[in-house]
Amino acid sequence: MTPTAVSLAAEVRAGQRSARDVVDEALATVDAGDGQYHAFLSLMPDEARAAADAVDAAVAAGRDPGPLAGVPVALKDNLCTRGAVTTCGSRILEGWRPPYDATVVTALRRSGAIALGKANMDEFAMGSSTENSAFGATRNPRDITKVPGGSSGGSAAAVAAGFTPLGIGSDTGGSIRQPAALCGVVGMKPTYGRVSRYGLVAFASSLDQIGPFATTVEDAALLFDVLAGHDPLDSTSLPSQPEATVATVHDGVEGVRVGLCRDLVDGCSPDVVARVREAADALAGAGAKVEEVSVPEFGYGLSAYYLIAPAEASSNLARYDGVRYGLRVNAEDVAAMNTATRTAGFGAEVKRRIMLGTYALSAGYYDAYYAQAQRVRTLVMQAFDRAYSSYDVLLGATAPTTAFDVGAKVDDPMAMYMNDVCTIPSNLSGHPALSVPFGGGEDGLPVGVQVLAPALQEALLFRVAQVIEDGAP
Amino acid sequence: MTDDRSALSREDVIHVARLARLDLSDEEVELFTAQLRTVLDHADDVASLDLSHLEPSSHPIALANVLRPDEPRPSLDRAEVLAVAPSVEDHRFRVPRIGGEAL
Repeated sequence: MTPTAVSLAAEVRAGQRSARDVVDEALATVDAGDGQYHAFLSLMPDEARAAADAVDAAVAAGRDPGPLAGVPVALKDNLCTRGAVTTCGSRILEGWRPPYDATVVTALRRSGAIALGKANMDEFAMGSSTENSAFGATRNPRDITKVPGGSSGGSAAAVAAGFTPLGIGSDTGGSIRQPAALCGVVGMKPTYGRVSRYGLVAFASSLDQIGPFATTVEDAALLFDVLAGHDPLDSTSLPSQPEATVATVHDGVEGVRVGLCRDLVDGCSPDVVARVREAADALAGAGAKVEEVSVPEFGYGLSAYYLIAPAEASSNLARYDGVRYGLRVNAEDVAAMNTATRTAGFGAEVKRRIMLGTYALSAGYYDAYYAQAQRVRTLVMQAFDRAYSSYDVLLGATAPTTAFDVGAKVDDPMAMYMNDVCTIPSNLSGHPALSVPFGGGEDGLPVGVQVLAPALQEALLFRVAQVIEDGAP
Repeated sequence: MTDDRSALSREDVIHVARLARLDLSDEEVELFTAQLRTVLDHADDVASLDLSHLEPSSHPIALANVLRPDEPRPSLDRAEVLAVAPSVEDHRFRVPRIGGEAL
């Protein structure tokens, strides 16, 4: 069992173990073990050792090395790391070394955490299995014949494999929570605007949010506290100062009103439904008031999402034109060069979504598809408000099934998209939600239970998740 | 408006690909037409709802313009930025000719 971030940081802070030793061991473990999973696209051994030495120097000098001192972290490869290759799992950014760090990378460094390497992902975060990476799929450490989920499958797998206690992902329609569920780890999407997106390569800007992976709820809360905060470099960053969540993780759920949401379990496999109901029982046993609730508007979320996200992506990915960075395929003029570059550089799923989004935004279809999807977004947000007038949190499944076979859904985009049906509503509303492991399915693979909360209620989310973690079989 | 939906044709896919600066083979046109039609068919559940009473939401939070004092400050290092460019000439991004212009 890998040590938690909490225990590792305590050892390093107390001078009982050097950060350099932790990092050397982590690098050796990845070298020895990642051949079978392919969680990482690249490692940052020189940067990681230098950062570890800085932590050890702070400890030796009696300075505070930060709350995550010496804790290795896997970074999804859509987070910019200055001078270290950042590909987004795409040929079009192969070998690209960003000239700046994402704000979360800077925040990690300040916290004493060590960025160990860049984790695999579906190309530009478009996918639910990490099979859309241009550099090869990631396998699920619980069973290598299964996918790890996606799109942050590399970060989830790195944590599940014990390579790093912590991982960072991004969640546009479930890309942190779904792989967390499939790999049996904790994964959390914060409130939109709570964590800076500066330096996160954009997929769908109104939906994207960065968040933590960990093996325990308490570790996830600790990492969230490090990531959260206002950033003047992100115009959608919330100005309010976040409250620390880690201190209240163990405060329990006495009196908390939990809505077990039928619409977030209907259609899931029977073993997943059973685990969600048992998690609800665990909460009731700890003093929460649990009732069943129906929010039928959630049923429209998937369709709205698969119009809004591609529309935003088609605009965001227009920047890959072969002019300033990344791949260029030469041609006789600029337009032909743009086309040759994008045709060679993007994979099939990215092309599908760019075309879908371009279509939804094009003359004659804008109102029928894009504007209508934005109205559905309003509908879903109002439905959440109604539910949260009676309940403090909602409970449901994270993913409809446990991890599926590698290759099972790659040729059927709609079947792949259905993986996101339970996670999408919180992206449309911008609310926080997390997945916490709770037992297994009939196949013995992990099941994730999803907890959803109103905007900025991350502390409550972690408290509820802690009780579920404590009650897990 | 409902008549426009799910009528996605091969020609639509070719048109959209051209707008998005993507070149598709004949096989890709066939495949993408079928796949995109499936997604758009699924979207019919929302396209057919009467939501005329609701305002569209572009973001989960109300966005306000963010201003800062207009003061000079360091920006990205030019050499570092140009070092990762595909082609550079005279401290600028070099590109092939634009349209029919003779340069």
